[in-house]
Amino acid sequence: MTKSKRMKRLACGVLATALLLAAPQGVWSVSEQFQGKIYQPGHLKPVDSVPVLKVGDPAPDFKLPSIQGPRVTLSQYRGKKNVVISFVPAAWTPVCSDQWPGYNIARDLFEAYDAVLLGITVDNLPTLHAWTREMGGVWFPVLSDFWPHGRVASKYGVFRSDGMTERAIFIIDKKGIIRYIDVHDINKRPPLEGIIQELQKIQGGS
Amino acid sequence: MWKPNLILVLAVGLLGCALAPPASVAQDGGVPQVGESFPDVKLPAPDDPAMRAYLGLGSDDFFTVNQVDADVVLVEIFSMYCPYCQREAPVVNEFYKVAQQKSKPGKTVKILGIGVGNSRFEVDVFRKKYQVPFPLIADGDYQVHKLLGQTRTPHFIAIKRSADGSRRVIYSQPGSFGEPQDFFEKLTADR
Repeated sequence: MTKSKRMKRLACGVLATALLLAAPQGVWSVSEQFQGKIYQPGHLKPVDSVPVLKVGDPAPDFKLPSIQGPRVTLSQYRGKKNVVISFVPAAWTPVCSDQWPGYNIARDLFEAYDAVLLGITVDNLPTLHAWTREMGGVWFPVLSDFWPHGRVASKYGVFRSDGMTERAIFIIDKKGIIRYIDVHDINKRPPLEGIIQELQKIQGGS
Repeated sequence: MWKPNLILVLAVGLLGCALAPPASVAQDGGVPQVGESFPDVKLPAPDDPAMRAYLGLGSDDFFTVNQVDADVVLVEIFSMYCPYCQREAPVVNEFYKVAQQKSKPGKTVKILGIGVGNSRFEVDVFRKKYQVPFPLIADGDYQVHKLLGQTRTPHFIAIKRSADGSRRVIYSQPGSFGEPQDFFEKLTADR
């Protein structure tokens, strides 16, 4: 190998190391509740999927098993409830473990706007059962999109190339129409007020 | 003679930048331990006049923990999204009641919460849910959390004011502080 090639290789190696180290690091709070059980995935590509749906589209129906027992279909809420779907990437990870427990104390806010919350991940039911038990339980249905892996996430355009879902919020009105989509930076938690403000708009008829 | 490779020079420079701690981390001393001082980080003052009066604050928009008018200030680092904090909320409220009843000149104890990564809206959801009677401050961008070493929540830090006005941490622990009466006695014991 010539000296020039060696220098180029060295430069590329140093550059790659520098870029890796310079990548933004995640900041999140982890509850004492989980002690050392949370896996740290590091900083992930903020969004790693291609949108297939837009506001105004009919929401694709689905039927998924839930940790609470019965299978849940989206269409069962048609004409009855607004539906907030919270896709989170994976159980036992920092931001996800710091998201649903907050929704746990906001039940009255969801109900005030005639909304039901559905939590979905691509984890299997036993994993979701253990994880939500560690949170102290949750009041809303938690659905497993494990098999066929990520089929619902794919329908909603939030299935990532690493086999996880995006951290995404979809709000669907009682007619089954998508009224809000937030495919959020996977490394950050979407603020609760974003969801509540959109529910207010739907309730207000705008 | 060896000529510096432009890409290599740039790469080494970038590597140096990456390895150097960013400004926010450089001043990050981690969570304050017993004997240390609490960082003079500026917090947004509560809008509620009653909460301002409780903390002994004037009309300034910002304050520091070391400005709170109390012999012992208990800071709860919490999050609305933290199940442990939710479960512990009634105990912390009970501590506030004990402190209000038992504080006396020279042994006044006040408490405030800092909601790390929480917006004002989210802090307000927590306050209403648990009817929290003491000030809760939003740290929406994790600035305080980063400064305190990103400790797990809840984390309780008590800062005591000495006769000369200086302040030092006398308690710094994650998780429950235990029984409120006992904890009050512990914080106000002569040492």
